[in-house]
Amino acid sequence: MRNSPFAIAMALVAGIVFGVGLAISQMIDPEKVKNFLDLAAIPSGGWDPSLAFVMAAGSAVAFVGLRFNRFMRKPVAAPAFQVNTKTRIDRRLVIGSAIFGVGWGISGFCPGPAIANLGVVPDAVAIFVAAMLAGSWLTGAIVEWSNRSSLEPSQAVAK
Amino acid sequence: MENFTPLTAAIGGALIGLSATLLWIFNGRTAGVSTISGAIFPFHRGDIWWRLAFLIGLPLGAAFGFAYGPTVFAEIPARLPTVGIGPVALVAAGLLVGIGTRLGGGCTSGHGVCGIARLSRRSFVAVGTFMATAIVTVFVARHVL
Repeated sequence: MRNSPFAIAMALVAGIVFGVGLAISQMIDPEKVKNFLDLAAIPSGGWDPSLAFVMAAGSAVAFVGLRFNRFMRKPVAAPAFQVNTKTRIDRRLVIGSAIFGVGWGISGFCPGPAIANLGVVPDAVAIFVAAMLAGSWLTGAIVEWSNRSSLEPSQAVAK
Repeated sequence: MENFTPLTAAIGGALIGLSATLLWIFNGRTAGVSTISGAIFPFHRGDIWWRLAFLIGLPLGAAFGFAYGPTVFAEIPARLPTVGIGPVALVAAGLLVGIGTRLGGGCTSGHGVCGIARLSRRSFVAVGTFMATAIVTVFVARHVL
């Protein structure tokens, strides 16, 4: 599936709006993220609930926006909506999310703010982003390989 | 709660929701940063450019928001994000984030904002799990070690 120039331009716009949102909400500052995760600071009054407001506002807008496909035959700049059909809660989901949370807690960076910071403090986040992409790509290759080897040869060909 | 910035948190969050809406209605795609960045390699013929464009937009938008945010909103301090850990911890954390989001199928944007908006049960489980381990990790790093 080839991307039209219009689709690529709108993805760029979406990325820019996302990046502005991360900067305005200060989610690009890992210390602010950690100040949310630090629940032990609640009694002393040092806790910062901002991150919860970011997620709540983002989800509220997306709650409406991600339902527009009900009134559209197809996306404006692409042939079809790519609907996520996974529903099973499996070990991979839980273990992966648990591992992600540890890395997030150590650094205060999740993928969006880390990549966005390449435009703000590139020297500080470059190695984090490189390690993150390497970890994701390596894991993706291993998962794909293990999925393939667990199939019968005929299925693997059909896939 | 001297650091609490509810106004800019809500505005910034709404912009993230708007971004997810734009990517959905124009491209039919979910704005999940870990999934988008994880899928640029190995290359998928022809379907790479929207991903690269979105990922290039992130730092462009953040640079703009960082430059002008503090002048528009008094709430935002004009100081650079501070990375409080050394390079070894940074690489280790990056690997954990990359491995974990790939296995778990998403991060704070894909599961957090979009998944919750779609009322996906998988995403509620993912968010509850990574929030819990992140909270424990910060507790250990700040109050135990």
